Amino acid sequence: MNLFGYRLPGMSSLLLWGALWELVGHLEVTFFLPPLSAIFATLLEIASTKVFIKALADTGYAFFVGTFSAIVIGIPVGILMGKNRLIDEMLLPWVNMFLSAPLTALVPVLMVLFGFGLQAIIITTALFAIWIIVLNARAGVLQINRSLVEMAHSFGASPTDAFFKIYFWAALPEILGGVRIGFIRAVKGVIIGQLLISIVGFGALFELYSANFLMKHFWAVLLVLFSLAFLIAEFLAYLERRVAYYAARRAS
Amino acid sequence: MTKSTTNIEHAVTVRNVHKNYGDVQALENMSLDFPRGQLTSLLGPSGCGKTTLLKIIAGLLPATSGEIIVNGTPVTGPGPDRAFVFQDFALLPWASVLRNVAFGLELRGVAKSEREAIAEKYIANVGLAGFENSFPHELSGGMRQRVGLARALSVDAQVLLMDEPFSAVDEQTRRKFQEDLLGLVKNENKTFIFVTHSIEEAVYVSDQIAILLPRPSRVSEIIKPSGFRHKSADHIRRDPEYLDIVDNIWASLRSYVE
Repeated sequence: MNLFGYRLPGMSSLLLWGALWELVGHLEVTFFLPPLSAIFATLLEIASTKVFIKALADTGYAFFVGTFSAIVIGIPVGILMGKNRLIDEMLLPWVNMFLSAPLTALVPVLMVLFGFGLQAIIITTALFAIWIIVLNARAGVLQINRSLVEMAHSFGASPTDAFFKIYFWAALPEILGGVRIGFIRAVKGVIIGQLLISIVGFGALFELYSANFLMKHFWAVLLVLFSLAFLIAEFLAYLERRVAYYAARRAS
Repeated sequence: MTKSTTNIEHAVTVRNVHKNYGDVQALENMSLDFPRGQLTSLLGPSGCGKTTLLKIIAGLLPATSGEIIVNGTPVTGPGPDRAFVFQDFALLPWASVLRNVAFGLELRGVAKSEREAIAEKYIANVGLAGFENSFPHELSGGMRQRVGLARALSVDAQVLLMDEPFSAVDEQTRRKFQEDLLGLVKNENKTFIFVTHSIEEAVYVSDQIAILLPRPSRVSEIIKPSGFRHKSADHIRRDPEYLDIVDNIWASLRSYVE
């Protein structure tokens, strides 16, 4: 966007919203919304505490193990679904169902199956992320230029070669798109897991701060979470743009 | 030819090939010989099954019945004795020209340094020296097809299968390609099978032209231009025999063109 002839950097509008927040905070309209500056001050204060670092580590661990599993399982399953009609017919209804199902309602079932610990949280995280990753990898494979597949076949590619040298790379733009959305959903998954299954990590902090009306602390943790999610999403969007050049030109 | 075979005269023989898609008969009882070291065109209107036949020879499609014999061995699938050049080039958009040209060798398990040395040689041969590290999207259509051609040449197959290779490039590039193809046939000592829908192109480049007609798909005529093959590229298009053959083919095809 341009303003008075100057080109504004992306996300400039955040400054405006931040200023508005600060103003409303100082007007003391509600205890729920302390000034933004006070929140940042609290953030600096708690960022070095053991409790916060432990929470960050717990959440980060569950998040990364969960999304990693979702990626490692989701991408090959999606590619196989795109390649093989039979596998597709078998799995597609389930994938579509879980994609749109309210997964939060399943969390109690997971607790029964996997207990109240880290394992159940990781599985919840993976379940939030995996379906969109599967569907996108599948969509990526379905639009592959047929003659690339024929080319590999005609030069004697083994099925493994075709999988790793053609299908994976040809579907990469869609796969990365799926991983990006999967990561965003996983943030939701890990927090819901930590709130519902066992009160650990950021979930525990949210619980603690909101129950005690520590709004500055509450917002500080929320801001950290939002920024992390935003950074991950932006990083993946950057990777996506790097391969997008051939998404549009795949026919060649 | 390095390989001694039962039939040294024909590199590829198509015998009584049928191809059905469900109830639809794509090819009916097709038989055709492809002389070794020469270029044979498959020419015909759309729907005559020329690309289907080429893909059956390549081993990409199975024939419903009949057999394809390449160098004395029946075809059961793709093999190292045949290389395919695709109409839409079929290049890996995420790989450099060098890797694309070496890709056939890569799939055959040739070591990286060796296959890149071979690829570099053929990249230079097709006139793309200096573009080894470019990506397909940075090249023009004609250059992309040169990459596709270099890839097919670098696996050193005895039979080159070309599926309308020049139809996606502009007219001037196409003429240049046709001239280069004549040189290739002369120097490479390979058997070329060339699918085209352009009459002029077929007559210009071919030692033998198989006219295919549709419904049911069959070989209607085989023409062997002889008088102008030894002439230089510049003189072929003015040769009376060339012009006669072009006219005759058009006369026999025109009723099949909607």
